[in-house]
Amino acid sequence: MNDSISAESISRDSRAPQARRKSLSEPIFGWLLVAPAIIFIAIIVAWPLAETFRLSLTDARLGGENYVGLENYQELLEKKKFHQVITRTFFWMFLSVSLKIILGLIGATLLNAAIPGRALFRVLVMPPWVIPIAIGCIGWLWLYNGHFGLISGVAQRIGLIDGPFGFLAYKTSAFYSAIITDVWVGTPMVALFFLAAMQGVNRDLYEAAWVDGASRWYRFRRITIPQIMPVIVSMALLSAIWTFNSFEIIWILTEGGPRGATTTLIVDTYKTAIGNYKFGEGAARAVVIVALLAAFSLIYMFFLNKVNKMYGNK
Amino acid sequence: MMDRYSRMQLVAIYACIGVFLTFILLPFFEMFMTSLRPLEHLFRAPYQFWSDDFSFDAYRKMWETVPLLGRYIWNSIYISSMVTLLTMILVIPAAYAFARLDFPFKNATLSMFLGVNMFTGAVLLIPLYRVLRTLGLLNTYWAMIVPGVAFLIPTGIWLLRSYLEKIPRELEEAAFVDGASRLYTLRRVVLPLAVPGLIVVGVAVFIGAYAQQFLFAITFNQTREFQPLPAGLYEFIGYQSVTWNEMMAAALVGVLPVMVIFLFLQKYLVAGLTAGAVKE
Repeated sequence: MNDSISAESISRDSRAPQARRKSLSEPIFGWLLVAPAIIFIAIIVAWPLAETFRLSLTDARLGGENYVGLENYQELLEKKKFHQVITRTFFWMFLSVSLKIILGLIGATLLNAAIPGRALFRVLVMPPWVIPIAIGCIGWLWLYNGHFGLISGVAQRIGLIDGPFGFLAYKTSAFYSAIITDVWVGTPMVALFFLAAMQGVNRDLYEAAWVDGASRWYRFRRITIPQIMPVIVSMALLSAIWTFNSFEIIWILTEGGPRGATTTLIVDTYKTAIGNYKFGEGAARAVVIVALLAAFSLIYMFFLNKVNKMYGNK
Repeated sequence: MMDRYSRMQLVAIYACIGVFLTFILLPFFEMFMTSLRPLEHLFRAPYQFWSDDFSFDAYRKMWETVPLLGRYIWNSIYISSMVTLLTMILVIPAAYAFARLDFPFKNATLSMFLGVNMFTGAVLLIPLYRVLRTLGLLNTYWAMIVPGVAFLIPTGIWLLRSYLEKIPRELEEAAFVDGASRLYTLRRVVLPLAVPGLIVVGVAVFIGAYAQQFLFAITFNQTREFQPLPAGLYEFIGYQSVTWNEMMAAALVGVLPVMVIFLFLQKYLVAGLTAGAVKE
């Protein structure tokens, strides 16, 4: 059979479905194609997830496990520290995602400008996204070092601070330092997606506005933003989920410290389950993460649909 | 022309790009500078921008400090390649089915896949550990490959599906009408057309696989010989002191493979993501 098919033969033949030879029915073929991936996910994600639910109802430790009902959850509800962890996690997520979206928009706009060198700039923005998070974090760890790090050194030189300042040693600065690193890791990908979306906007729109004398800022506000809005909102959701679950960055920079200042829900879960071998209590925290993210995503999807309708997309 | 900038505007744009790139590249710059300094000079306060004895010694000595370093880098590449291969084998048929075919519970299944994005390995570590133990995969390469694949399947399906949706349906219908079987159509008509998309998704998966090894490595693998680079780097943290300069040198050398792949294919990558992110 000939592999190359001309466009004309297509339009002629697609009107003759009765000519089809017997073949697998569409539903069966569809399921056959999807099945391997589903089975894989079922074993590696779905089953462990169900196991997590079950474990959360036990006091599982290294030694063994007994069913304890909702005791783990009750304990979490009563723990004031846990409330702080949840608040902190949402604060972490909102701040970091907002920064990523804003910086991503600015970055994409800059990279979209028709100037010499932009191809190079586009490549130079990518490394934080391309390299392993753990490796980027080692760089940041050294940058934040109080005595020998670049940031503290520069700040001392220009007189911002009197002596060495260990950014990861104090509660507030550690939290914002971790945010900055998280933004650093996440921004390139956001920017790349926004840039892609911007390049897809129909140029006629801009030209029409330009002919009418619309300023650059006006065109950005009234054409670019509305046109790429669907990408912005879906990127924000994805980014929110990843940021909520961001583990390696915090773990490598601070291990959740100092004194719990950077302990987000995922770090708390890891510390409880893996650090202290309290599998049951850790599992309960994992379930809380899943529940919160599911609720957040559902609410978000609801608004996403509204936004998509507003801007006339599917 | 619409795209013309005044001199002032150009200066402003370049300045902003400069600031942006400084933020993005600062850690790499500092890692590189650190790798050039002799260890004693690293621990010198106040901070000095310039020392007069920069050298590439660390790039030689690091192989002695951590004898398995080469092995770790190789492991990282091997694990990522296997993850990419397996992921693509699972993703290609699934993405095609989601893009083209109609079958019961299609949307529910797709949402389920995307829902996987909500979990990271960290949430599922405890039961995952038991699953891998049951399958006898702990402390092998597979302990890092198998979970890696699972968490990259959703992204892979998502990216490839939007790419496949852009391929004109008529070609398949024509082949189908000519009497080709469904599998033949997929293999001989759709896949050749989708090669650019496959490359993009493959590279994206490889990069993702290279990036995510740390957690699975420190949790599921205790065999030093199988450890990937991000975990192996911790061997530079000794009992007495951390040989930061060699650690930075090793980190930079270790990211070279993925950076090289990225640089060669970044055009495809950007174009492919464009296909996914842009509406028709």
